[in-house]
Amino acid sequence: MTLLAADFEFIAKLIHQKNGLMLTPEKEYLLETRLSPIARKWNLSDLPALVRKLRVFAEPALLEEISDAMTTNETLFFRDLKPFEALKAEILPKLCAARKGTKRVRIWCAAASSGQEPYSIAITLLEEKHKYPDIQFEIIGTDINKDILKRAEEGIYTQFEVQRGLPIQLLVKYFKQDGDRWQIKDELRRMVQYKVFNLLQDPAQFGQFDIIFCRNVLIYFDIATKQKIVERLHSRLAHDGYVVLGGSEAMLGISEKFTVPAGLRSIYTPLSK
Amino acid sequence: MPSCLLVDDSRVVRIVARKIFEDLHFSCDEAENGQEALDKIAVESPDVVFLDWNMPVMSGIECVVRIRSMTLFKQPKVIFCTTENDFGKITEALTKGADEYIMKPFDGDAVKSKLAILGLL
Repeated sequence: MTLLAADFEFIAKLIHQKNGLMLTPEKEYLLETRLSPIARKWNLSDLPALVRKLRVFAEPALLEEISDAMTTNETLFFRDLKPFEALKAEILPKLCAARKGTKRVRIWCAAASSGQEPYSIAITLLEEKHKYPDIQFEIIGTDINKDILKRAEEGIYTQFEVQRGLPIQLLVKYFKQDGDRWQIKDELRRMVQYKVFNLLQDPAQFGQFDIIFCRNVLIYFDIATKQKIVERLHSRLAHDGYVVLGGSEAMLGISEKFTVPAGLRSIYTPLSK
Repeated sequence: MPSCLLVDDSRVVRIVARKIFEDLHFSCDEAENGQEALDKIAVESPDVVFLDWNMPVMSGIECVVRIRSMTLFKQPKVIFCTTENDFGKITEALTKGADEYIMKPFDGDAVKSKLAILGLL
């Protein structure tokens, strides 16, 4: 059943408050396809009935299910390839040279989803590790959706998923086969720590990072929310660190505190603080 | 326009693969087994060979070994596309000269992804 405009606005506002996602009226189909199963699960006849229940009381468990359902978890190994090539060829050599003293490079993957991106980062680091034997790498993967993070922690992928973006040599090197499923080897799983985290919150608890991957996330937020998130990323980033955005994302109109190093695209470094 | 030789004894698989490759602006030719593939490679020198494993006359694994021993102006990239999805078979194919490997069933996204990895897109 189609939602009334007022009902759509109500639920869109609720989702925006919970996780910052911006739902425009043309995305109404998303509400219908993703929230109808939740309505059924909560023994509600349809979406309008779900909205009526939420208007009376937005039960936290229900709100969380709605928030999780509306989060887009589309991801793949080595998505767009170029950021990982830049990590290997530009970012790691510079950062590792600058971290000879601390011997530590910290990376935050801010939309870890089911793990393909943090594991792609981890694989890149392992492949390059011989060049930086003294450097200790730490990867934190966060996502608002706790169920998707459970999948990430398990690191088990279908045949379909491992054939998206992952070179076959890396599949046989870093995964073990279990029937038609493939699991990330323990050595790699241990490199990533996963934590549930809402990008609208203050990330101060995680400390300072040298590289922040925040790819294909900002596109889902309105400009004010983008500015708030980017400001927080900036506050967590080392003065010579890097923020990696998605291929179609840019800081233009969001923040004037970053610049793009020569030769890189969608990768930013902070202007002097 | 890059070129591809589709090698599979299944006509249906060749039709599906041809559609995928042609949509990616590859010119395509077809072979029904490894021997026919070798004959065509010697003449056409394709950029990529999309190769099944189990075929009559000559298997894909024997075919890739022969391809790698051929004196060609330019060695083609070889992508296996097969129902042989066991870890041991994949490593055998890589050892014998395959560049990439797709486990059937396959779709356009998998092919596109592998071609991008090989720098052919």
